Amino acid sequence: MSVTETNPPAERGAFLDGFLRLMSDPMGAIGVVLVTLLVLSAVFAGVLSPYDPAAIDVPSKLQAPSWEHWLGTDQLGRDVLSRALYGGQIALSVALISTALAVGFGVILGMIAGFGPKWLDNPIVLAFDTVRAYPVIILALAVGPIFGAGLNTVIGILVVTSVPYYGRIVRTSVIAASKADYVEALMAMGMSRARILARHILPNIIGPILILASMDIPVFIAAEAGLSFLGVGVKPPQSSWGLILDDGYKFIRQTYWLVIAGSVPLITATLGFTFLGEALRDTFDPKLRRGV
Amino acid sequence: MLVYSLKRIGLGILVLILAISSLYMLIQAAPGDPASAMLGPRATPALKAAITEKLGLDQPMPVQVFNYLISVLQGDLGTDLKSKQPVLNTLKIHLPRTLELLGASVLVAALIGIPLGSIAAVRRNSLFDRAIGLLSVSVIAVPAVIIAIFGMLIFAAGLGWVPAIGAGEDEGLLSLLHHLILPAIAVGIGWVGYIARLVRASMIEVLSANYVRNARAFGLPERRIIYRYALRIAVAPTITVIGIGVGVMMGSAVFVEIVFARPGIGKLMYEAVLLRNYPVSLGAVLAASGVLIVATTISDILNALIDPRFMESGE
Repeated sequence: MSVTETNPPAERGAFLDGFLRLMSDPMGAIGVVLVTLLVLSAVFAGVLSPYDPAAIDVPSKLQAPSWEHWLGTDQLGRDVLSRALYGGQIALSVALISTALAVGFGVILGMIAGFGPKWLDNPIVLAFDTVRAYPVIILALAVGPIFGAGLNTVIGILVVTSVPYYGRIVRTSVIAASKADYVEALMAMGMSRARILARHILPNIIGPILILASMDIPVFIAAEAGLSFLGVGVKPPQSSWGLILDDGYKFIRQTYWLVIAGSVPLITATLGFTFLGEALRDTFDPKLRRGV
Repeated sequence: MLVYSLKRIGLGILVLILAISSLYMLIQAAPGDPASAMLGPRATPALKAAITEKLGLDQPMPVQVFNYLISVLQGDLGTDLKSKQPVLNTLKIHLPRTLELLGASVLVAALIGIPLGSIAAVRRNSLFDRAIGLLSVSVIAVPAVIIAIFGMLIFAAGLGWVPAIGAGEDEGLLSLLHHLILPAIAVGIGWVGYIARLVRASMIEVLSANYVRNARAFGLPERRIIYRYALRIAVAPTITVIGIGVGVMMGSAVFVEIVFARPGIGKLMYEAVLLRNYPVSLGAVLAASGVLIVATTISDILNALIDPRFMESGE
C-alpha cells in the first residue's frame, strides 16, 4: 500500500475526530468561532454592508457610531462598518493567496535543494539566506513604491520574503526523509527521484508544513494592514483595516472611533487565526511545538 | 569554535554582499527608470541622460553592481535628496536611535519573558502556567502598530505617564530612557510571548534530562539546579529567536517610530518614501539588512558558545 493511500470513510472519521479534538481545546474552539465569523463576514460583505464602502458623503464626516452608521463614518463620510467588512475580504485574500504561493514555491525550492542535484543545494540555501537578510517591512517600504503600491505588490513582497522560511524547513525535512529505509528501497527499485519526491516524500512532510502555514496567516493579515497603514499596501478607494487605522491615526484628535473600528477586526482576525493555528498544531502535530 | 565563528562571519559578509547586489538589481529591474524616478516631474531628456551617465546606469549590469558595491564599501550611499547631505550622514543620525529602541525592546522581552517562561516550566500545568500560555499567544497575535497606537492613547495622551512624541535625545539620559519606555514595550511585548513559550518548552526538556536527574540525586538544591544549570541551557534557543527576531522587531520599530514620531530608520524611510527620496530609502534598507545580518551572526556564535552542539546542527 502506498503511503498516501487511505480509506475514504476512515478519512472522514479521522477528520471528524480531529475536528472534535480541536473543538475540545478552548483555544481551538475560540479560534474556530472567530475565524468562521470572519470568513462569513468577508464572504458576505456585499450583502452585510449597509452602504457602498467607497461612497463619499462629506457632510456626514467623522460621525460617532449611530443607528445609521453602526461604526460611524470616516473623514470622507464613508460608512466605516462597510469599509471594515470589505477590508476583511482584502485581508483574507492577501493572507490566503500569499500563504498558498509561499508554501508552493517554498516546497518546490526546498525539495530541489534537499533532494535535487547536489550542486543546486548551496546556491538555493544562499539565496534563501540572502532574502532573509532583508527586514520585511523595511524592504516593502523601499520596494513597494517603486513597483507601485497595491495588492499585487503586497502579495509579491510577502511571498518572496516567506519562501525562504518554508524552503529551509522543507529542505531539512526532505533531507531527513530521504535517509529513510523506504526511500533507499524505492531508489534501489529504480524509481525516479522526482517520482519518489512527489509520491512518497512530499505526502510525509507536507502535514507539518501546512500547520506552520496556518500559523503564518495572522502574520500576513497583520503585514497587509501594516503596509496599508504605511501607504505601500492597498490604495483607496479600496478598503483595508490598515487604511482605516491610518485614517484613524491621522484624525485621532477628532475621534477615537476610527482607530477602534480598524483595530477590533484586525485583532479579532490575528487572535482567531493564531488560536486556531496553535490548536491545530497541538492537536495534529505536538512534535512541532518544540521548534516554534 | 574559532573556525566556526570565522566561517559564520564569512557567510555573513557573503550574504551582505549578495543582499546589496540583489537589491541594486531589483531596483534597476523595476518598471520606469531610476533617473526619472529621482528627477520626478523635473525630468527632461537632457537631465535624464546626465543623471543616467552620472550614476553609471548606461554600463553593463555586472559593472554597475560592482561599482555600487565599491561605493557602498567606501561609505558612499549617494546624496540625500532632501538635505543634500551624504546619505551616510543621515543614517548616522537615525540608526543609533533605532538600535537604542531595538536594544531596549530585546531587554524588555528577555527580562519579562525569561522569568515568566521559567516559572511556567517549574509550575507546569498550574493555573499560572496556563495563564502565561494564553497571554503569550495573545501578545504574539496583536500587531505592534495597534499596541503602539493604543499605548500612546492610554499611557501618553490619556494618563500622561510617559512622553507621547520624540526620543528626548537632547535632554539627557533620564529623558532618553523616559521616552524609550513605551516604544520599547510596544516593540518588545510580542517577543515576551515568544520567549516565555520557548524558555518554558526548553526548560521542561532540560529539567527532564539525565544530568538534571543526576544533580538531584547528588542532593543539589532545586533552586540551584533550575537557575544555575537548567536555565543556562534553556535560554540558548532564545538567543537564536532574538537573532532572527531582530528583522521582525525592525518592522515593528517602523510603526512605533511613526506613531511616537521618534527619529529612527523606520521613520526616516517612511518620510523618504513619501518624498520619493530613493537614495535614503535604499541606504536605510542596506543599514537595516546590515544590522539584521550582524544580529543573526552574533546570535549564532553566542549560541555555539553556550551550547557547542549548535555548531553541528547549524540552525
